Amino acid sequence: MDRPLSHSSFLPPLFSSAPHPLSPPHSVPHPSAAPSVNAAERPARWSPYQDNGGTVVALAGRDYAIVAADTRFSVSFSIPTREFTKITQLTDRVVLASAGMGADRQYLHKMLHTRLAMYRHQHQRDMSLPAAAQMLSNTLYSRRFFPIYAFNVLGGIDSATGEGFVYGYDAIGSHEQLKVVCSGSGQAIVQPVLDQQFSGRQRYSVPDAERAPSLTLEQATALVRDAFASATERDIHTGDALEMWQITAAGVRQTRYELRKD
Amino acid sequence: MRSPHFLDRTFAVHDHQADRLPTHPLHSAAPAASQWTQLQEAVAAAPIRFLHGTTTLAFVFQHGIIVAVDSRASMGQYIGSGSVRKIIEINPYLLGTMAGGAADCSFWERYLGMRCRLYELEHKERISVAAASKLLANIVYRYKGMGLSMGTMIAGWDKTGPQLYYVDNDGTRLHGKRFSVGSGSTFAYGVLDQEYQWDMEPAAAAELGRRAVFHATHRDAFSGGYINVYHVRADGWVNLSHDDSGIAKFREYIGYERYVKKTAAITQERPREVEGEVREAQERMAI
Repeated sequence: MDRPLSHSSFLPPLFSSAPHPLSPPHSVPHPSAAPSVNAAERPARWSPYQDNGGTVVALAGRDYAIVAADTRFSVSFSIPTREFTKITQLTDRVVLASAGMGADRQYLHKMLHTRLAMYRHQHQRDMSLPAAAQMLSNTLYSRRFFPIYAFNVLGGIDSATGEGFVYGYDAIGSHEQLKVVCSGSGQAIVQPVLDQQFSGRQRYSVPDAERAPSLTLEQATALVRDAFASATERDIHTGDALEMWQITAAGVRQTRYELRKD
Repeated sequence: MRSPHFLDRTFAVHDHQADRLPTHPLHSAAPAASQWTQLQEAVAAAPIRFLHGTTTLAFVFQHGIIVAVDSRASMGQYIGSGSVRKIIEINPYLLGTMAGGAADCSFWERYLGMRCRLYELEHKERISVAAASKLLANIVYRYKGMGLSMGTMIAGWDKTGPQLYYVDNDGTRLHGKRFSVGSGSTFAYGVLDQEYQWDMEPAAAAELGRRAVFHATHRDAFSGGYINVYHVRADGWVNLSHDDSGIAKFREYIGYERYVKKTAAITQERPREVEGEVREAQERMAI
């Protein structure tokens, strides 16, 4: 009964031919079958998660998308590294940034790259933005009962129209198509400002349909830089450097800006 | 065709009641009873918050079914999103609503859409609302006690006319004429039960749904955002409206003037600088 806990018993076989996306465990030991032990002898609670902080942002305009993240990696109050990228490029038009736990992020990114490669080999083309967004959701939900501790924002442009879109996620795959989204340790201080600047949420007198102003790529870039500089001033888990990926029909461009390093 | 794939597995009988009592002092002193309990404890202790909180309602009347929902999703105190689509379009004749865990609802109702399409291909006719809701109820019943969180209504029009079912994560499945689900449901029921009539016209019925959700967003902090209204008709559902609950509908149903005038009446006897504040407030709220 006290076998070491194995993660794999809760993981669905990813590439198996099993048609059902999520299968309940085949058998679960009856709790009353466990021998009782003194509280003192009980091992410390198993804790599989760690929050490594960091803020991720994605926003989209008529012909571009921006995905940005800081590069700080913290464990509680210490900073093991200041150069940890949270962003991965999934296709020529889709970029993903994930805040949360470093290990789970690496696992998730690797899993997505594998699935994208398989898709490419099967279909002889890159996955579209909505397809990649749905695949990320399904990958997260496949771990519904042992969630991947990663908070994702996905950005990209539609391969047909070139219009930018971003998607925001919770840890188990609930997602929504948006124009601007922020996740991670700076979420509560960055998101309201982006809503106000980007979506015009504060202009109550303007009709709903006219509220969203359209920012140019340059304006949006400046806005993201300011948002990260401000978040760095007030959030201890955000800082060091800002990595920004700009996605347009011309391709993907990566830029790095320095942030406060204290 | 193969039998439905999720039916061909067997499961051990498991005392889920025991899993639900991890905070009981005696229980927590005992060792982790199973890998499952151990995992659930670890996951519960992690600072992961999923999207939650809602007002959803649906009711049957002479011209079909009105489905009305809010759009707020909160993660603890934080508003995770103010623009969630809580009415899930399963197919052109079926709608599902979202309350509880957003991921659970959207994942399984998307999956239900696939199952309904497979049913059509196999039987050469549309699935009944009773059968569709039973598929969902059976799916969630397999996961009973494992922590799924769903309170959903399945609304649709089949051979037997408009049909409405409530399905939740316990496996409960109820047929009915009027349901409201979520943290704001009590407020919505208050308005709905007061004004509901079988022989309403579609416009009046839609307005009732909108009003009921509005009053729930007004009194329930976990509800808000936009009010979305759908009408299920014999020829399928239609999307009727999408209104900002906190601004447009507040102005229409409650009005800012009411607050400003009362404040002005009280401050008439008070010094002049306060009147300045009132004027500012009036200017601000006139919008």
